[in-house]
Formats: sequence, structure tokens, C-alpha cells
Amino acid sequence: MKTVRCSIIGFGAIGQGVAEVLLMKKEYLENMGLDVRVIAVVDSRGATLSPEGVDLADCLARKREKGTVAQEKITGLEVIKSIDHELVIETTPTNIETGGAGLQNMLAAFEKGLDVVTSNKGPLTLKYRELVETAKAAGSKFRFEATVGGSMPVINFAKEVLAGNNIRSIKGILNGTCNYILTRMLEERASYTDILAESMELGIAETDPTYDVEGIDTACKLVILANAIFGLDTTYEDVDVTGITKITPEALEMAYENGHVIKLIGEVSRDRIHVAPRLVPINHPLAVGGTLNVASLDTELAGEITVTGRGAGSVETASAILSDLVSIYREQ
Amino acid sequence: MRVSMDIELKDVPGQMLLALQPLSECRANLITVLHHHQKLTPRKTVPVQLVLETRPENIPDIKARLEENGIKVVRVGEHRFRESINVVLIGHVVHTGIQDTIDEIDKTGFAEVADLTLSMPGIDMISSALIKINALGKEEIQKSLNILKEVSAKKDLLMVLPIDVQA
Ligand SMILES: NC(=O)c1ccc[n+]([C@@H]2O[C@H](COP(=O)([O-])OP(=O)(O)OC[C@H]3O[C@@H](n4cnc5c(N)ncnc54)[C@H](OP(=O)(O)O)[C@@H]3O)[C@@H](O)[C@H]2O)c1
Repeated sequence: MKTVRCSIIGFGAIGQGVAEVLLMKKEYLENMGLDVRVIAVVDSRGATLSPEGVDLADCLARKREKGTVAQEKITGLEVIKSIDHELVIETTPTNIETGGAGLQNMLAAFEKGLDVVTSNKGPLTLKYRELVETAKAAGSKFRFEATVGGSMPVINFAKEVLAGNNIRSIKGILNGTCNYILTRMLEERASYTDILAESMELGIAETDPTYDVEGIDTACKLVILANAIFGLDTTYEDVDVTGITKITPEALEMAYENGHVIKLIGEVSRDRIHVAPRLVPINHPLAVGGTLNVASLDTELAGEITVTGRGAGSVETASAILSDLVSIYREQ
Repeated sequence: MRVSMDIELKDVPGQMLLALQPLSECRANLITVLHHHQKLTPRKTVPVQLVLETRPENIPDIKARLEENGIKVVRVGEHRFRESINVVLIGHVVHTGIQDTIDEIDKTGFAEVADLTLSMPGIDMISSALIKINALGKEEIQKSLNILKEVSAKKDLLMVLPIDVQA
């Protein structure tokens, strides 16, 4: 049995999802020869620590009841620097201006030779090259499937499942909030503002939905794909972005009568990265509704391959983190 | 009827005039002239492609008059649009002058606005239009989209393009 000691830094929707998934999959992991032991759970106020492994069910309950897991006044960065372990699961909030705590955490982890699995886009959109090179120099493993498309496999799919296949382009819907808004506007013939309000009420859109509806979130995901799959060195500045705020129910309806839906489509290839609302034929593989995400990879040998799945959600996104974890430690 | 006509001119000055004269005499409406000066034929003539609007019964007359002027008529055919595309425009489509936009495309000769559906929920409100453009081929589709893109930028319209064209 191999013991993998890990920390969960950031204990919001995704961090808690990871805890739940680890509880659910304990036996499965043990059968695979992995004893995954969480030695620290950290939120913005502090941490729960235990070298033998914290009680995850207890952490989840305390987070729900008290709003924090803090028992010790210690930050994520301090945990990374001072406590022995192998893997940092980084699930702090995305910050695409500075990289936020996530960037510091990841760099510190690599400095100590720790592996990192993350769902946090910010650091990867800003400093992809630096992160990957630092990880490589330190011999650390760095996985980030959950940053693009939530549960939907894209990065590992392209790099591993389709290995050897030259990928010419990837097109898809990478933001569930926008997909939900456009789907509902058509269904209800309702205005953008009305459906945005509905999405906020349902918790599908965040209180500040700017990043989603202006196409910025999609652009960040494309940057990660451009760097990870196409080997480019791009940042958000290189993306040509148009969001969905100007879309009208009339436009959606006219397009529909003409056999099309309007979707916010992200598109990446070696020479262009682009986000804009596009007309998609109703029976096209990319014409998925609701909050679903979808990506079509145009491959050299196999033609178009399309994957679809839930782009967000606690346990759903945690499933991508779990698969990254398994793929790191099963291999060795 | 819209007709396209491939002719060949001798590579000496004044030939173009000899080609255009018969058209105006027969009251054909010239839409475009593509002058392939770099592509001389083995006969050392310059290939030119004309697109004109005329009545079918006038075509033999035009052809005869061109030949009288010493111009070789290589091919005459109906001018057919083989490709088409739908584009959605959103914004103040109407009061920024949709007609200009249509004219810009129609006057190219290689493309036309074949259909336009407009939806205006109220005065001064954002309107949406679905435009169908026909063009000679894929390249001409792309050229008309470039025109549309420029116009949209100028009039602050959002252009929603099909997924399979280069945006
Ligand atoms: N939600 C999704 O469906 C989804 C999908 C894909 C990717 N992601 C990405 O995954 C990450 C986490 O998302 P989320 O939805 O779980 O966000 P969230 O619910 O806002 O949780 C963020 C967590 O990070 C903690 N935190 C904030 N600053 C910290 C710091 N400096 N050190 C340690 N912990 C800190 C917060 O603490 P408090 O609890 O004390 O506030 C909270 O527990 C984000 O980067 C997000 O973009 C999310």
C-alpha cells in the first residue's frame, strides 16, 4: 500500500467535493494500492491538521455548522512550507489578475518538490510556462484537468487518450452559466436580464457574473488548452473575446426558426484563440443545452471527437481532481 | 438575369472601351469587371470576367457586337451563387441603415443579400436581423463576411457567425 499524504487548500464547493469523493472512494483507492490521507484541510480562516489523517466527515460537518474548519491559525502557504506531505490539492478562488493565493501556493509546493492537483484557473492563465517549468525542474507532478470543463475530460483526453494524434483545433462550450442563460432565453423567450436574474437565484450564475457572461472565463480556459495541448505560451491578452450580454430573445428565436441555436463558442488552434457567440445547427454535436459543457477536438487521424459533461458542480469537478490524483500515483 | 461573361482582350490600350461600349448600347447593366492582367493567355490576350444584368434575349446581340469590336467571347453563362450563409446581426440594425449594409454586399457582384428577416421589439429597442447571403464560392462568402464585419464594427452591431466559418 502506498500512502499519499495530501493537503486540501481551499475548502469551498470544490474542496468539500474532494473530501466527499475521497470518503466515497476510500475502498476503491485502497484496492488500487493507494492510502490517500488528508493531513491538512485549509480555508481562509485556518486549518485542521493531523499527521495521521484528519477526519474528513468531521471537517465537512464543522464547515457546514461553523462556516470554517479552522482549529489552528495557519495558512495554506505555511502548511505547504512546513508540513511533510506529497500532494497539494489547490482549490482556492480563481484570481486572473494576480494569480491570488493559488499562484503562491503552487510555486511554494514545487519549491518543496510536492505534486499539485488543482481546479484553480487563475495561476495557469497568468503563469503557465513558469509553473510548468518550475514543476518540471523540481520533479513535481502538476495536473489541472478540473480547470477546464469541470468533470468533462479535455486536457488528459487530448494528451493521453488521443496521444500521438495531432490535434488541429478544439471548439466548444466551456462555460455552463452562459449555456444555461442562452438555453433558457430561447425556451422562455425572455430577456437576457430576466434569465440572468433567474440564474443567480438558482446559484448557477455568481453574484458578479461578469467573467462568465463577458466570455472571460471561457477565454481563460482556452488559454490553458492553448498552452497545455498546443504547446503555446499565451495569456488572456491574446484572446479575441465577445460575450453574450447583447444576445436578444428575438435573435435566438430567428436563428432557431432557421435551424440554429446561438452558443458562446470558444475556439483554439495553433494560430488563433477566439470566443464569440456563434450559430450552431440544432443537430450539431456542440448544440447541447442547459449547463452542459462540450468540446469537439479536430484530430489528424480520427477526425472530430466530441466530449460532453458537467462543467461545474462540487462532486462533478472533484471527480476530475480524483482522476488526476489517481493518474499521478497509480503510474509510479 | 445576371450573366457572367468571360472575354479576352488584346494587350493594347483602348481595348476595355471596345468591350464596354456594346454593353451600354444594349442597355446591359455592368455589375463587376475582373481584369486578370497578370494571367495572359497563350494567345497573349488578357482574360476579363464581366458580370452584367440584362434580359436573356439581348445576349446574342451583345455577343455579336463584342465580336464585331474584335473581342473574343470565351464563355457566357448564368451567374450562379453556389454558396450561402446565414448571419445574425444584433443592435440598432434599422436606424443605423440596414439598406447601406445590403447595398455594400450587393454591389460586389460576387455576392448578394438573398433574404432578410428583421425583428424589432419596439421603437428605440435593440433589433435583430437574420441575413442570408449568397455568393459565387467560399472565398466570396469570406469576402462578404469581411465587408459585413467592417460595417458591424462601424455601426456597433454584434455579428453572430455560423460555427463553421472563420470568424
Ligand atoms: N465551483 C465550480 O463548479 C468550479 C468548477 C471548476 C473549477 N472551479 C475552481 O475551483 C476553485 C474553487 O472553487 P469553489 O467553487 O470551491 O470556490 P469557493 O466555494 O469560493 O471556495 C473557495 C475556498 O477557498 C478558501 N480560501 C480563500 N482564500 C484562501 C486562502 N488564501 N487560503 C486558503 N483558503 C482560501 C475559501 O475559504 P472560506 O471558506 O473561509 O471562505 C473557500 O473555502 C476556484 O478556483 C474555481 O474557479 C470551480
